[in-house]
Amino acid sequence: MALLSVKNLRIELKTRAGVAPVIDDLSFDLEAGENLSFVGESGCGKSMTALALMGLLPEGIGSVASGSITFDGEELTTASEARMRQIRGNDISMIFQEPMTSLNPLYTVGEQIAEVLRTHQGLSKKAAWDQAIELLDAVRIPNAKARVGDYPFQMSGGQRQRVMIAIALACQPKILIADEPTTALDVTVQAQIFDLLQDMRRQTGSSIILITHDMGAVAEMAERVIVMYAGRKAELGPVDDIIEHPRHPYTKGLISCVPHILSTLTEERMDLTEVPGIVPSLHHFGQDACLFASRCNHVQPKCNQARPPEKSFGAAHEAACWFAEDL
Amino acid sequence: MTDKPLLEVDNLVVRFAVKRGRGFGKNAFLHAVDDVSFSIKRGETLAIVGESGSGKTTTALAVARLVNSYQGSVRLDDTDFLSLSNEELRQARAKVQFIFQDPYSSLNPRLRASDIVREPLDSLGTMDEADKTKRVDFLFEAVGLRPEQQRLFPHQFSGGQRQRIGIARALATQPDLIICDEPVSALDVAVQAQILNLLRKLQVEFGLTYLFISHDLGVVQHMCDSIAVMYMGKIVEYGPRLDIFNAPQHPYTQALLSAVPSVDKARRAQTKRILIPGDPPDPVNLPEGCRFANRCPVAQDRCRREEPDLQNGVACHFPGDQSGA
Repeated sequence: MALLSVKNLRIELKTRAGVAPVIDDLSFDLEAGENLSFVGESGCGKSMTALALMGLLPEGIGSVASGSITFDGEELTTASEARMRQIRGNDISMIFQEPMTSLNPLYTVGEQIAEVLRTHQGLSKKAAWDQAIELLDAVRIPNAKARVGDYPFQMSGGQRQRVMIAIALACQPKILIADEPTTALDVTVQAQIFDLLQDMRRQTGSSIILITHDMGAVAEMAERVIVMYAGRKAELGPVDDIIEHPRHPYTKGLISCVPHILSTLTEERMDLTEVPGIVPSLHHFGQDACLFASRCNHVQPKCNQARPPEKSFGAAHEAACWFAEDL
Repeated sequence: MTDKPLLEVDNLVVRFAVKRGRGFGKNAFLHAVDDVSFSIKRGETLAIVGESGSGKTTTALAVARLVNSYQGSVRLDDTDFLSLSNEELRQARAKVQFIFQDPYSSLNPRLRASDIVREPLDSLGTMDEADKTKRVDFLFEAVGLRPEQQRLFPHQFSGGQRQRIGIARALATQPDLIICDEPVSALDVAVQAQILNLLRKLQVEFGLTYLFISHDLGVVQHMCDSIAVMYMGKIVEYGPRLDIFNAPQHPYTQALLSAVPSVDKARRAQTKRILIPGDPPDPVNLPEGCRFANRCPVAQDRCRREEPDLQNGVACHFPGDQSGA
């Protein structure tokens, strides 16, 4: 059985114009030890999925309207707030996008790591502090013993993100959600963080859900990928299959619109393939049509009349496009 | 087109005073740009790459005289841009325009789109009103905006459209050189492609010369003709596009290139990722010798004593030593 199973999840956001489904009929499974990636542009519902898994949807605005999230056999959508508190940090934890703003500037990094251990594992102050040093060492902060008393402002961006990872990993969670963990960082630091995440996964066997917009990062980190568009799953499948043969025009666009560094560069540079337009705004979500139709260069009348079903290609590859076979 | 470069920057130094300690401490200087030289031919693109804090943006700002340089010269079409003043400077500024990184904060929220594009014409140009209006119409079309959008305010546009307004503004005075400071890094991937294609189209159409600042090596690879790689205020490697991407010589360039994740299976298979541990040194108290020595995988004693000069396009005592890429 899958470690985490999401079935027909629908999340609604209250907006001034009415209720909009930011996540619309999303289903996926996550196996233990697997690295699954979510890609898509901003506003496609990647982060909302992560927040829903953590039970951290914005209060009073976002809510799970239907569907289920099952973790280790336990239903999370109906779990009590107290139970969610136990699960968060202990079983499922999250690394947020901005290492600059997600640490508390008033506490030393050691206190912030130790807090997690004291709350969730009931460790004594001393034991938690000692383990905080070990964790800092594990995320490769040099001279951890001296740095544990530092405040976040005394650290560089990469080091702060390592502290975030140390906090997230403190209780050895079964699932680690990394929401664009490296967007604010330089490439060499990004490479270090990815390396660290891979090592941690090998050591602790936890699953990683990586949220990103960089197909390159997906190719390097993940086994399976879900391409999200306007709150819906556009395509799901093994990373190599999808990069080699995308079955959804959006996936195709996402891969070819970025100038990649290839193994053999030549003098010739083609124009980049454009995906015209932008992601539709929230009040267009949830229509019974393909939401990508307005930006798609394969569009047919049918696309505007009904939402495309998820078609299977082989055992693990799915794409929600009326013409997926032809692509 | 001639062989004479449009822009020549020689031994440019930009330094900032930083207060260290309290009370009477003597002023220390942070050399954000330290002895940097490069040149760009007309119609070509030079990219400056480097990580945050490497001095690439400061270099761009200094070239446009948006920060003061301490030493060095910037020659644009044989006029010494740094020594101009008053009216001469005003006219020369029309030849150098800037596209900024953040399309949200670089447009005045209280002006209509057409007024934003018209502003440089008012302050730097000599056109009469009717010509200005014609020019604005023309620019809107050139960057792919609809005429009726001239009446709108910046908040009514998406990020990509705002960047198009920024580009139209930069083009307004018919400049020779456009400095693009991370023009797409604040945009969504699909929108990035639109803007990059537009920039290349405009370059061909108007014969523009770009100084392109970016940290995204994929984008740089696509846009530039030559590249300068900066580290801690110095150029560590400088050369034509294919040389640098296919055969990087400086260990820092090698590490930088190997760190870029790629969708190309073949590239992933043949690239050994070179991790550079640690952090850059304190920019105020630079160590003796090569600035990269403390993180360099091939550093030797000599690197910690002598600072290497830029020779044959690379500033390293042991260039090409690692078979990285």
